[in-house]
Amino acid sequence: MSTIADLCVIESGGVEAHSIDDYESEKPRWCKGCGDHGVLAALQRVLRKNNLEPEEVVSVSGIGCSSRLPHYLNTYGFHGIHGRALPIATGVRLSRPELPVIVIMGDGDCFSIGGNHWLHAIRYNINAVVLVLDNEVYALTKMQVSPTTPDGWKTKTTPRGTYLQPMNPLSVVMGMTNVSFLAQSATWLPAHLDQTIEKAWNHHGLSFVRILQRCPVFMPTAFGDGGLNFPVTFLENEDGIPVHPLLLKRGETQAHNHRDINEAQRVAVSVDPAPMGLLYQNPDIPAYEEIRWSRQDRPDHPTFLKRLDAAIDRYTVS
Amino acid sequence: MSGPRLVRLPEHIVEIVSDAGEGAQKAAIAFAQLCAKAGNGLWTVEIIPSEIQPPPHTTGSASGNRIRLAERSRVTNVGNLANVVVAFNEMALLSRLEAGSLADDVLVLIDDQWATHDNERYQRSYREVLDKFRARGATIIEVPMDKETLRHVEDAERGKNMFAVGLLCALYSKDLNVLQDIIRGIFEKKAPEVIAAAVKLAGAGYQYGIANFEECFEIQAVPTDVSKVAMNGNTALALGAVSAGFELCSMYPITPATSASHALSEIFEDFGGFVHQAEDEIAAIGVALGASYAGKTALTITSGPGMALKTEFQGLAVMTETPLVIINVQRGGPSTGLPTKIEQSDLLHAIYGAPGDAPKVVMAPSTIEECFYILSIARRIAEEFRMLVIVLSDANLATGQQLFDRPDVSQTPQRPPLDLSPVQLGALPYDWDPTTGLSQRLIPGQPGGMGVTTSLNHDRDGKACYDSERNQRGHSMRSRKLAALQKTMQPPSVHGAPEGDLLLVGWGSTRGAIEEAVDVAREEGLAVSSLNIQFLSPLPPGLHDIFSGFRQIITVELNYSDDWDDPLITKENRRYGQLAWMLRAATLVDIDCYAKVPGRPYMPVEIFNEIKRILGAQPRVKSPAETLLATGE
Repeated sequence: MSTIADLCVIESGGVEAHSIDDYESEKPRWCKGCGDHGVLAALQRVLRKNNLEPEEVVSVSGIGCSSRLPHYLNTYGFHGIHGRALPIATGVRLSRPELPVIVIMGDGDCFSIGGNHWLHAIRYNINAVVLVLDNEVYALTKMQVSPTTPDGWKTKTTPRGTYLQPMNPLSVVMGMTNVSFLAQSATWLPAHLDQTIEKAWNHHGLSFVRILQRCPVFMPTAFGDGGLNFPVTFLENEDGIPVHPLLLKRGETQAHNHRDINEAQRVAVSVDPAPMGLLYQNPDIPAYEEIRWSRQDRPDHPTFLKRLDAAIDRYTVS
Repeated sequence: MSGPRLVRLPEHIVEIVSDAGEGAQKAAIAFAQLCAKAGNGLWTVEIIPSEIQPPPHTTGSASGNRIRLAERSRVTNVGNLANVVVAFNEMALLSRLEAGSLADDVLVLIDDQWATHDNERYQRSYREVLDKFRARGATIIEVPMDKETLRHVEDAERGKNMFAVGLLCALYSKDLNVLQDIIRGIFEKKAPEVIAAAVKLAGAGYQYGIANFEECFEIQAVPTDVSKVAMNGNTALALGAVSAGFELCSMYPITPATSASHALSEIFEDFGGFVHQAEDEIAAIGVALGASYAGKTALTITSGPGMALKTEFQGLAVMTETPLVIINVQRGGPSTGLPTKIEQSDLLHAIYGAPGDAPKVVMAPSTIEECFYILSIARRIAEEFRMLVIVLSDANLATGQQLFDRPDVSQTPQRPPLDLSPVQLGALPYDWDPTTGLSQRLIPGQPGGMGVTTSLNHDRDGKACYDSERNQRGHSMRSRKLAALQKTMQPPSVHGAPEGDLLLVGWGSTRGAIEEAVDVAREEGLAVSSLNIQFLSPLPPGLHDIFSGFRQIITVELNYSDDWDDPLITKENRRYGQLAWMLRAATLVDIDCYAKVPGRPYMPVEIFNEIKRILGAQPRVKSPAETLLATGE
């Protein structure tokens, strides 16, 4: 692991501090060089840093390469069906708001088949960390075009090149009512990714993080050969994602106020260079599950029975 | 003053119809409550146009209610042809004739404003329709409903319904004071002057009836000490969900299921529950599944098209053995079909509708009372067997009202707190008992139980695996649970004698009409019995033995089957009703079916005629409704 990555997790303390091993399950079976490995490691570091009990965390995923992540994370996990991680996560949060939830999706999973859930989850603003591992291709099904595949690239369903401009997920997120957190990072920037996930973890509300990552098998040259020649600009703010000096060789920095929604929307529509860091944060938007719980009464059993009787009385005729 | 002559009756069927928006539904609700309060057994059916604002004064605009009321407190179905119809215009009246709902000698109370209306077209059609009814033997009483209503309010549209219910109060010799109390209750949230006008109009209608009717009816309720409730099936499901201890209902609006969620939304937060209206049908079941996975068994409510959208999630619930309850309030299909009308066409879809082999429990309430109790059973099975339980209600139960014994909820058990006690590290999430397939589920938050719950094939340790042996084992363990459940069940009981010439087998809300037809046939000496099957998956034990007592067996269902007389239809290609299809496969008995899609409940007389036809008792006489069905009207 990079030394920068270790810098940000070094101060984890506590009497019964967990080790990274406590969050490791079976050995990941992703391809060598796949960015998913890096996201898993970053997540494990964040869990350790926050000293979470493995049984208190729930990770939820859909279908795709990245959605195997819950198999490799030693917490409770739910590896569901394609595109539907967010409704499942919403159900977990609604019924057990004491359990931190991490949602892992791929680009096809979230932006395409799960698009409707994506939009509405942002509006619900459930309190969860939502990571989209975007490799710009359907990889598990062996290279079909995804909503974010770059224009003109050849895939097995577009052997003569794609027909459409790629979707910009950042501008979609910034267009949604109740958006409360949007960040972008990349697996070739491990320290930045750690800090981004850490920031997302500490946000109250739906923290939406798009993580750029190269598929070494089907899209090896994506993102400028996996970040080597990929133009980025780091968003700089003292409350944002820290930009380590070592990162500066990857791109310029740009001052950014992530509390200003108009500024965030402007940055979100820019794709070249790709903005990296915290685009937007508003910690004051209430989470859906908290709104629901605050308006709900949880009566003791005798009161429950009394109310049930009264409810039936409305229909009692004799 | 002598007043009207009083005629005692055991039961009657009344219909009230107006243009959509004129309030016939409200009048009917008030009248039904009046009858219920008097102790009359009742069953009501909504008459609903499919559009919110259909063109007025057309047959398509007819909106209202059918009310069957009786001396006895238990009425189980919609009954046969209506004896009385109150109509606000002649097109609404005509629509009921076209629907085949009215007896030839029906008593018609109709607003007479159309006889002299400015619009000559209305005048003409009013005369023509009434002539048509007279020719069939109807008695027509023309009532100046509009004119009388205008004496009390400025806009007759906003009050004629109360005048009409006053008329019915007089016609059925009910207590006006009770009616006026009911009206005050119904309009509770309205302005005082609105309530006062409604009460006054009911009184005016009543006085008009007493002064002008030559004949009034009396249907005396059999006195009872048992407290009764009157509600529709969707309300019963909602109250049943609360009583069963559900804490989350996740849904997406769809007719005719949605009113169950309305009823639940009204009260659920007072009981520690949520109704979550999701962004679509798929998300609705997804949220419910997520809540169940997290330890709080949830339910989702939908109808046919929504059920179709939920099938992938159903497979997930089965594969992950996550307890879950789905209520499907069936309507006419395929596709958008008949959204407001009854059909029982989702049976096979409920049982088999998921990718791969996905064993589920499927059960169907047969009365509105059962709608209240069924969710407790569904929940218990879902949790103890870690299974998906589908409850098939239908549009008839959903919107009809029935009088039944008030549920005693004083012994409702307390929701147990989540058991989050630690388990041994490495505890198996699918520790299947090899005989029953049952296992204890682990719930997030339980120390030691960490692991992934996956939609992939998995073994006892929950980890994904792809080999044949462990795939076969997973399948047999999930399937075994159905057999284990079936072993806990009793054979269903036969209505009528255990042997005879003919057995009618039904499921769901056709029960009342089937049993009534059987009772009438048995009184005539026909050796016919019936059977209602509550569990469709797994089927209850003992069916083969029951069937062996009868010479012929048919199912009676509200779904499609090819008719033997249809062109091209042979023994080889005929498509049977869905329960018939299943029972033939399960028992190898040559079971026939009476399975049609009229978009309304069967009348007992239709089933009775079918019994007679099968038993060759006499040449079949088609009911007016059936004649219309046959001509495709």
